[in-house]
Amino acid sequence: MGAIYRREMSAFFISGIAYVFLAVFFLLSGIFFYNGVISAGTTETSAMFSSMFIIVLFLIPILTMKLMSEEKKNRTDQGLLTAPVGLWSIVLGKYFAALTLFIIAESVVFIYSIILGYLGNIVWSTLLGNYFAMLFLGAAFIAVGLFISSLTENQMASAVASMLALFVLYLFDSLAARVSNEHIQKLMTSLSFYSRYIEFTQGVFNLSSVLFFLSTAFIFNFLTVRVLDKRRWG
Amino acid sequence: MIEVKHLTKRYGDKQAVNDISFKVEKGEILGFLGPNGAGKSTTMNMLTGYISSTSGQILINGVDILEDPIKAKSNIGYLPEIPPLYMDMTVDAYLSFMFDLKKCKLPRKAHLKDVCDLCKISAVRGRVIRNLSKGYKQRVGLAQALINNPPVLILDEPTVGLDPNQIIEIRSLIKKLGKSHTVILSSHILPEIQAVCDKIIIINKGVVAADGTADEIARNITNEHKMTLRIEGSTHTAADKKEIADAIKAIDGVKYVRADMEREKGIYDYDVEADEKTDVRRAINKLCADKGWNILMLQLSDLTLEDIFLKITMGDNVRKDGTVREEDPKAKPNINFSVKDGELVASVGDDQEEAASSDDNDKNGGEE
Repeated sequence: MGAIYRREMSAFFISGIAYVFLAVFFLLSGIFFYNGVISAGTTETSAMFSSMFIIVLFLIPILTMKLMSEEKKNRTDQGLLTAPVGLWSIVLGKYFAALTLFIIAESVVFIYSIILGYLGNIVWSTLLGNYFAMLFLGAAFIAVGLFISSLTENQMASAVASMLALFVLYLFDSLAARVSNEHIQKLMTSLSFYSRYIEFTQGVFNLSSVLFFLSTAFIFNFLTVRVLDKRRWG
Repeated sequence: MIEVKHLTKRYGDKQAVNDISFKVEKGEILGFLGPNGAGKSTTMNMLTGYISSTSGQILINGVDILEDPIKAKSNIGYLPEIPPLYMDMTVDAYLSFMFDLKKCKLPRKAHLKDVCDLCKISAVRGRVIRNLSKGYKQRVGLAQALINNPPVLILDEPTVGLDPNQIIEIRSLIKKLGKSHTVILSSHILPEIQAVCDKIIIINKGVVAADGTADEIARNITNEHKMTLRIEGSTHTAADKKEIADAIKAIDGVKYVRADMEREKGIYDYDVEADEKTDVRRAINKLCADKGWNILMLQLSDLTLEDIFLKITMGDNVRKDGTVREEDPKAKPNINFSVKDGELVASVGDDQEEAASSDDNDKNGGEE
């Protein structure tokens, strides 16, 4: 797992994806920070974090798009799958590499907190709560993106499909409101990423939501492993 | 070392590999020979655990590849048809990655240096793989397979894209490795297999068509005794040709006679085919002695590996009664192999050209 993790990390930087991802993330979060926090004259960061949901949604597919699809296209998966490593090591090595880059990106909020420290008192509980909420959200989204990447050989298709999938997950709330059947509506709301995330930004640290995000991450990584396994039996 | 039992792979209705069994011992080099699409790569992918078999068993060092894939895979070095290279990495970074991936315990620096020296890629270690030539990429692929000194090496068409010098280098490297490793190598190039391998498996349409050493295959498959004779008749004219051919045909056991080109002035070659039970050489000798003809040459031409390959892969009726050869003497590529005293002899030659040039010589001689 370590070897794959290190290779993916260096590949992110060699291919330039890391720079694009970090630059866009820093720029957009900076805009939200300026607009939602500095201009509003507050040290309350929740507004910034709730706006960041949509950035995360669109940027994570860029991070995950080529993780699996490129391997298949260039036949490098033959090297991985015939090496003495398990499928979980392959998938998790890639998963944690993407997650690490995401953590680097979102840790920019600690720089914002230094700026806020000059201007007033920081509410650390909301800031940290939000930080971890975003971490859990990213953990789930990356697993979804990685899974979709394993389904195709084309990285653009992978990126677009991942964005679409994440966007549909985002729309679950508004879709649920249109459903008349009470049970389905309840099911859809409970699967909503957005409302669970917003709950965090409002200062509610809900353990079931943490479990929800982590189990989503686990399930999609598991599905990715199944895809790799199934390809052998095809 | 490697044992394969009744290996079968189906893709839907298509039977890619059907009931292949073989065994390779340590220090042996096994050659997989077959036309494109015969199932060579599929078999190799199953041996290395890249794809699974529909049924059958593969034992690497006694470990079943499906039961304990990680242990089995740690014994294998694999060079797939397309080397699994990350184009944006340098050779050094890539080999270092493979070193980690294979959990190699050998001293990193020294081992990578050895591998690079062996594959002659030391000069390009700092370069990005994308910018390397095809030959270098192939050798980086081979180097990757050699990392961690796996006892089993599986090489899928290892010399594709190399120039003739490099091919010879790689072949001698494989031969060297074959002494201490178990090697399986696939190719559709006959000379390659013959030059390198101890044992050969000819595979066609997913089934083993023949296996054994080159000699064994030739012996088992040959069911006709064929020879080429050069007989000097009494009159040195074309009339000789017919007379001699008819006389040989009348000999008991001769199935087929064909008068070939005029090799020397007024002297013809005859391709003679007899059934396998009778040795007709003495009868022919006696015939010629009686008639006053001189046998200038007698050469047994058992089926060459090339003949066998064509025969197996192009359908069974080819050349059985000589029809193909008569209709189309070019049906056979010009590289000829023959088994002589247990050694394979290769010669590049074109019968027609040879004959034409000897004719020219004769004419020149006449003019002088």
